Amino acid sequence: MPQKDVEVILMRQLASYLAMPIFLVDMAGNLLFYNEPAETLLGRRYEETGEMSLEEWSTIFKPTAEDGSPLPPEALPLVIALQKYQPAHRTFWIRGLDGISRRIAATAFPLEGQGGRHLGAVTIFWEANHP
Amino acid sequence: MRITLWGTRGSLATPGPETVRYGGNTSCVEVRGADGTFLVLDAGTGIRRLGATLGPEVERVHLLLTHLHMDHIQGLGFFKPLDQPGQEVHIWGPPSTTLDLRARLARYLSPPLFPVRLRDLPCRLTLHDVPLGDFEIGGLKITAALVCHPGPTVGYRITENAMSIAYLPDHEPALGAHHFLGEADWTSGFDLARGVDLLIHDAQYAAAEYPEHVGWGHSAIPHTLGFAAAAGVKRLVTFHHDPGHTDLVLDRLIEEARQSSDLLFQLIPGAEGASFEFGG
Ligand SMILES: [Zn+2]
Ligand SMILES: [Zn+2]
Repeated sequence: MPQKDVEVILMRQLASYLAMPIFLVDMAGNLLFYNEPAETLLGRRYEETGEMSLEEWSTIFKPTAEDGSPLPPEALPLVIALQKYQPAHRTFWIRGLDGISRRIAATAFPLEGQGGRHLGAVTIFWEANHP
Repeated sequence: MRITLWGTRGSLATPGPETVRYGGNTSCVEVRGADGTFLVLDAGTGIRRLGATLGPEVERVHLLLTHLHMDHIQGLGFFKPLDQPGQEVHIWGPPSTTLDLRARLARYLSPPLFPVRLRDLPCRLTLHDVPLGDFEIGGLKITAALVCHPGPTVGYRITENAMSIAYLPDHEPALGAHHFLGEADWTSGFDLARGVDLLIHDAQYAAAEYPEHVGWGHSAIPHTLGFAAAAGVKRLVTFHHDPGHTDLVLDRLIEEARQSSDLLFQLIPGAEGASFEFGG
């Protein structure tokens, strides 16, 4: 496998030290990494999940809007950050792979490297209190 | 391809009786292609002596900077070709996210840090923001990639026919890694060094010195050995020696490195004046 860009490597290393849940994808939307705090919300250890395509991760956690309607991938902040190249934020529900539904607030941003290279996107998400 | 080390010291020039064998000049390496292509890697204080050896036969000089820390550019104003009217000189180096190479270099080559301005040099100077990826200089293929070190910093891989070298003088691939060395594709600099005939790599610290210097951008010798082994290099030249490491200390560190494991590559302590020749 070709080596990741150094900005992506450093982003993963930073994420692995931070206490906020962080989810990192490459330019094509493939899941590259999520950290331990994210494992708690997603209900499965990263080592067991491994790298996933956008089609997989955008549906496997069954995202739903506040009114209970299913959220299509293009409505997810991380997909917006990746495809429109702009920051995005939303509160919605996911069902973890442990079967537990959680209300989360997610903020996503694109990763732009030196020389304007598009490297992927990152989302930071928290469990949000019930309204 | 012929490679000559003109400066192997890291951080600060360290002349003195206790550093005569490994050398006290900061980073500078000469690369000569079989077709005469002439490259200089970094412009540390070692570049002055290199410049003094050059005659009029050198048509074109290409200086490739890894980054703009002082120990890699301090010799620039004392490099003879820059003072020669009409001499063609190309300087390649990383821009920052907001400034191009010219603006960044002009901060050093201008008063009060230096009396002569970049634009007043008499040579025919061209500055290039170094492209990330592959490009060619004469008969040499160059690959530049960003590596883990504070501020925009590239490493270089230089290939001539089937022979390759990699130059990573300032590099901390172990930064933030919970287990070093982890997966190759998550290791800074790995693609540059993969399978090269000669790797010139940061080996600034002894293992015991590293915990005090995490994030400073350099490697401890065991990191360097692990990185070289994982990348499958044929020869490793230790480089960017800490100013505090005298010849005797470096002798001891290299001896410890040789005994620490069965090395799968030839370990060559980087000494000023050493030269390597590769056919093909
Ligand atoms: Zn340096
Ligand atoms: Zn440096």
